Amino acid sequence: MGVPKRKMSKMRLRTRKAANRWHASTLSRCSNCGAAARSHRVCASCGYYRGRQVLTVAGV
Amino acid sequence: MRHKRNTVKLGRSQAHRDALLANQVISLIEHSRIKTTLAKAKAVRPFAEKLITIGRKNTLHARRLALAYLMHNKTAVRDLFEKVAPRTTGRQGGYTRIIKLGQRHSDASEMAYLEWVDQASPATEEAAPVAAADHAEEAK
Repeated sequence: MGVPKRKMSKMRLRTRKAANRWHASTLSRCSNCGAAARSHRVCASCGYYRGRQVLTVAGV
Repeated sequence: MRHKRNTVKLGRSQAHRDALLANQVISLIEHSRIKTTLAKAKAVRPFAEKLITIGRKNTLHARRLALAYLMHNKTAVRDLFEKVAPRTTGRQGGYTRIIKLGQRHSDASEMAYLEWVDQASPATEEAAPVAAADHAEEAK
């Protein structure tokens, strides 16, 4: 049966695992209120998307 | 590979899926805009657009087809033929719009609005504050 010839070095293991690291989603600016907002989605702080009011956010 | 897989199954049996699609389109006809998951919105969209195509033909056969698709909901079919479909004249498809809303809290699934492109614009402005007001009361 095929078995590993060498012990996996810490660097080799960790380099491989690093590829699956969690990345925070990149944020852009809302064109209406300037708050950080995810792209291609309605702004969570003002409810604007592509230059028009899409939904009303409580407390605005 | 996803090649030639044209049906979005949504983890449901065919009967369950057909019922879901009909329910969603009936709600869309009634309310002009529905909030649902992005996956469901994408699955409902082709069905909704095909119903508009049926709704633009003013024949008895078209009405009976629409009734069969919409679980024999007469109110929805009447509204489809008399309110929703006539507004789309001049448009050659693309009758619906999906607006992404971000993830919901409970299961982090991506939510979206599905709406008619040619809906009366005040409906969107009026429908939203009610939902927001309900939300504010829940918070207190």
